[in-house]
Amino acid sequence: MFKRWLRHSTIAMALAFTPLPAFAQDAIKQGGDVVITYKDDIATLDPAVGYDWVNWSMIKSLYSRLMDYTPGTPDLIPSLAESFTVSPDGLTYTFKLRKGVKFTNGRELVASDVKYSIERAIDPKTQGPGAGFFGAIKGFDAVSGGTSPTLEGIATPDDSTVIFTLSRPDATFLHVLAINFASVVPKEAVEAAAGDFGKKPVGSGTFVLKEWTVGQRLVFERNPDYFVKDMPHIDKFTVEVGQEPLVALLRLQKGEVDIAGDGVPPAKFLEIKNSPEGAEIIVDGAQLHTGYITLNTKVAPFDNVKVRQALNMAINKERITRILNGRATAANQPLPPLMPGYDKTFTGYAFDVEKAKALLAEAGFPDGFETVLYSTNTDPQPRIAQAIQQDLAAIGVKAEVRALAQANVIAAGGTEGEAPMIWSGGMAWIADFPDPSNFYGPILGCSGAVQGGWNWSWYCNKDLDARAIAADSMSDPAKAAERQAEWGKIFTDIMADAPWIPVTNERRVVAKSPRMGGDGDIYVDPTRVINYDAIFVKDE
Amino acid sequence: MIFLILRRLVQTALILFGVAAITFLLLYALPADPARMIAGRSATAQTVANIRHELGLDQPLLAQFWNYLVALTEGNLGRSYAQKTDVGALIAARLPATLILMAAGIFVEVALGLILGVIAAVRRGGPVDRLVMMASFVGVSAPQFVAALLLLYVFAVTLAWFPMSGFGTFAHVVLPATTLGILGAGWYARMVRSAMIDVLNQDYVRTARAKGLSSVRIVFRHALPNALLPVIAMIGIDIGQFMSGVVVVEAVYGWPGIGQLAWQAIQQVDIPIIMGVTLVSALAIVIGNLVADLIAPLIDPRIRAR
Repeated sequence: MFKRWLRHSTIAMALAFTPLPAFAQDAIKQGGDVVITYKDDIATLDPAVGYDWVNWSMIKSLYSRLMDYTPGTPDLIPSLAESFTVSPDGLTYTFKLRKGVKFTNGRELVASDVKYSIERAIDPKTQGPGAGFFGAIKGFDAVSGGTSPTLEGIATPDDSTVIFTLSRPDATFLHVLAINFASVVPKEAVEAAAGDFGKKPVGSGTFVLKEWTVGQRLVFERNPDYFVKDMPHIDKFTVEVGQEPLVALLRLQKGEVDIAGDGVPPAKFLEIKNSPEGAEIIVDGAQLHTGYITLNTKVAPFDNVKVRQALNMAINKERITRILNGRATAANQPLPPLMPGYDKTFTGYAFDVEKAKALLAEAGFPDGFETVLYSTNTDPQPRIAQAIQQDLAAIGVKAEVRALAQANVIAAGGTEGEAPMIWSGGMAWIADFPDPSNFYGPILGCSGAVQGGWNWSWYCNKDLDARAIAADSMSDPAKAAERQAEWGKIFTDIMADAPWIPVTNERRVVAKSPRMGGDGDIYVDPTRVINYDAIFVKDE
Repeated sequence: MIFLILRRLVQTALILFGVAAITFLLLYALPADPARMIAGRSATAQTVANIRHELGLDQPLLAQFWNYLVALTEGNLGRSYAQKTDVGALIAARLPATLILMAAGIFVEVALGLILGVIAAVRRGGPVDRLVMMASFVGVSAPQFVAALLLLYVFAVTLAWFPMSGFGTFAHVVLPATTLGILGAGWYARMVRSAMIDVLNQDYVRTARAKGLSSVRIVFRHALPNALLPVIAMIGIDIGQFMSGVVVVEAVYGWPGIGQLAWQAIQQVDIPIIMGVTLVSALAIVIGNLVADLIAPLIDPRIRAR
């Protein structure tokens, strides 16, 4: 059964790594220097620590992992791994490493580096946010609890073999080995950096960090020894930080900047879009994102399922997509359309004010009620919160909008009985990896309904939790379709309880100069935003 | 003089302690949990607890403050939560840029303010005076981000005389320094004007005129030095003003100074950086005032008697 998977993935890899002019609009060209801007400083390039959307894609390119994705798609492919097998019970994963892969410090990458890197990501001393992803590996608790430095569940019988033993089947395990926290780092470089590895990164990815001038720029140059031929395409990219999005856009129009990483400010969007070169500048791509309103099931009257269903019918989602300049589509279920398991046939709750009013009356609130809606305070989120407020007023629900800094909204959401409703804009869920289970546990499962958690509906359905665990135990790739269907069902079944109002699936916008080539999918890659490995410069 | 400096040093230490205490308490009273922010969305409760422990956030508030002060006396400003590196090093790397911008901004405001103030005073009551006073009023009132974007649009985008953003050459500093300076220049112009009018009405000026001295000589040799005293005092106070101004100006022009650092840190609840920048800014303000106090007697011998 694995052969089939392997064959599929080999084809995928051939597609991904061979320049195929017939597939792309422009012929892929090697070479060229690119300038990219961001507003904020780059936080850290330590793969065990970095966890924001800006450093995420840079870390992807600085390091390599056992698994990766075909650029522009959510499809898994082996990367550092040459091949792998899974035992029938789904508890043992055996990887064969590619031969001759070198870190950029010149040393050959071996199996013990993989083991070290994952142990480091779990070690509490690292303060890594991603430790929990490795929870299925045997011995995880001892390492994360600080009682053991080595992970029982990783064996390295020789330099090119890594064997993972899991304590429970985990169908997402291959995705886990593709996330940044599983990046392979050389121990000697981590130790030489003495706590500053995030500023002095050494990996085996497509690029090498050549210069980092704090507050000004980072210069990345291609790794000539990268193990896939003709990857990456560009020779160099310079990241200029501290650039206001508006200024970055003006510079882009003048040709000083190739990619404005923060996209187009809402106020400027239509002007740019309608300009002659607008179509070439604006790249907008689907991402694994859903924007939603949480209805706190532990706060009256949202403990009443009819009230939650009524509110689901009251929101004019089309209007909200217009506030977002059309950079979004209306959502009817928690999963975004790009995610495996998304149910195309599901219709959810249609927008119907009269029906909403009737249901609200049936629930015992013919005259509505008063409540509070939390939102973050950066444009356009307060405007969207106001649109929601107006929609609620139409069915008699008076919602006070509380627009706060992101950290304060997150804190309110994670405090029991605090926030009746939260509009998730500006902090909404974007999947860590393209698997439906990543959209459940922390934000809709019982484990997230805790103090400081992200399940802001405080929704906990033991029955669904059991089904989620069962689905994630189906690690046999032959059952992938069955598992995916079960996950889709879990998410549409959740909607019967209506703990959320799914509102939008937003697309991310990146602005690029006309000289940059390639499809939008590699500028808004579902697993890494800008895919620095795949972008290229057109003939000028 | 030495006594004055010593007294000021003790005051400085007390002020810094007060600033540290207030900032620290305010930051930790926030309902946001830094460990939660670092851990992000997918982290398990245990991961968050581990991070909280490693950062010492699980200790009582006073113990945390004490640890901070002990480290501070050793010159250690702590480690950034988000950037995982020394705050002292981050600030040191960015401080020169801010100092250059402030020096250039002060130069612009003093030069512009003096020239406009003197012209207005000499031509008082006339159309030139009214024009200068109106311009200074606009300069004082214009919000800095508006002035910044306006200058940027006219001189960098449309005319393309100066680069839009960045750091490194003289051309880069012109627009940010002008933005910073315009606000102060308005104040200085008004101040210099009234001081000059005051001085120009004095007997010794009339005497100088009667002696037949040229009016240029009267204004620049005899009147202006006497009108300068309040300007010197103002520069000291201005350093504090500038510390708040640089946050906006640095953000618009992509100037890699500590204002930009503070702005980003506030958004990320990166408390060690916010603390560090606040303390360094407080120190700069105190030093600014001290320098102004020390320079004043050099300009005006009458102050030395005090």
